[in-house]
Amino acid sequence: MIECSLALTLSGEEGTIDLSVDLSAGDGEFITLYGKSGCGKTTILRMLAGLTTPERGHICVDGRLWFDSEKKINLAPQKRSVGFVFQDYALFPAMTVRQNCVYALPRGSEKSAADDLLDMVGMRGLAGCYPDRLAGGQKQRVALARALASRPRFLLLDEPLSALDQETREELHTELEKVHQKMQICTILVSHDLREIFRLSGKVFKIHNGKIAAHGAPAEVFGMLPASGSSP
Amino acid sequence: METTAIAPLLLSLKLSGITTILLFIACVPAAYLTSRAWPLAKVAIKTIANLPFVLPSTVLGFYLLVVFAPVSPLGRLLGSLLHVRLVFTFTGLVVGSLLVSLPMMFNPLVAGFENLPPSLEEASLTLRKSRVRTLFSVLLPSIKPSLLTGLAMTFAYTMGEFGVVMMIGGKIPGVTLVASAAIYDEVESLNYGAAHLQAAILLAISFFVLSSLFFVNIRRPSPPGRGPRRVS
Repeated sequence: MIECSLALTLSGEEGTIDLSVDLSAGDGEFITLYGKSGCGKTTILRMLAGLTTPERGHICVDGRLWFDSEKKINLAPQKRSVGFVFQDYALFPAMTVRQNCVYALPRGSEKSAADDLLDMVGMRGLAGCYPDRLAGGQKQRVALARALASRPRFLLLDEPLSALDQETREELHTELEKVHQKMQICTILVSHDLREIFRLSGKVFKIHNGKIAAHGAPAEVFGMLPASGSSP
Repeated sequence: METTAIAPLLLSLKLSGITTILLFIACVPAAYLTSRAWPLAKVAIKTIANLPFVLPSTVLGFYLLVVFAPVSPLGRLLGSLLHVRLVFTFTGLVVGSLLVSLPMMFNPLVAGFENLPPSLEEASLTLRKSRVRTLFSVLLPSIKPSLLTGLAMTFAYTMGEFGVVMMIGGKIPGVTLVASAAIYDEVESLNYGAAHLQAAILLAISFFVLSSLFFVNIRRPSPPGRGPRRVS
């Protein structure tokens, strides 16, 4: 269970935005952060991962504080258990697909765990390739396998499918569904794509101008059913 | 070839090798930290590190001679505390070469680190790897062309350096008489045959080092390109 309250002033092309959100997600949930570009979705993921420091607030995971501005607690990214799939995939260019996954394994793990993950995302056959030889969808699969290899408590996906064509996206939706069902890791996805959200998410947080404008099941938030709640 | 002609060349190779290794060890962390520094600090560090680039090496050599002379305060301190004398010694040549060749190693490494997407480092941190492991396992292998450039340019530049080694070395045969200074001496003695020979060897070494660098970098458009071509 993750429960957080995060506040940060963001500077962007359209001026400053006071990002202030309260979020919670339970074990095995798949939730999505939805909103237009620059509203702070990626920043929320980065704050959860410890890559950006909030000005105020707290992040509490299973009763343990990862961040608390009042108590001056701020765990480094290495101390938090998150798997992060970046928009640009961030695959290590000097490592093969397999080496990328082996690197991510916790110390003492069997290296065959990396092969199992590559099997799961259908990339075992290209395990010896370097990332620059892969197409976008393949890179995304490897990035997902690598993020899972570290056995994270949470999986954070920052628009991982935004640069892909529709056909590849559909394939990867299936992969993500399969992975989520199998591993039951609490997953937080940033997405603009309604089809993706309806297919994958149990809950969506709609963010507008740095605030949560609505949250609930996708059908509730996007108007097919009355919204279950909103915050300022 | 006469022993007197070989000794300066061997000394130059030894000086270049030591300088290259020491600068590599010092510049990897320095360049990494500089690439992550605040913009103003970055400007200050880059300016200082590049002073040897724009100063005539005789100016640098003159100041080193003044600062490290046995009668100077620093020279006396080094002599009394560490029993080290830098003027007219091989150790002094190394110190001078470290300063004069610093930009050759520092600049390519800083550029390499600055050109890497921040997400590479962030991805490694979220995989719970330390910053040191991230530096050596992810970042350095990702800037191999910059590393090779730094190593080759430092070695070649130190081989040919003249001003500092003349000023602080004093051209003592077998101790501080390196090839570039030996050529000068041969020309002054109108011994053009020996000068030609040593100059040709220096030219060949420099050509070999630089052509090897460019050849390796041309063959390396991206990190080791083994494995199948892109499969889309």
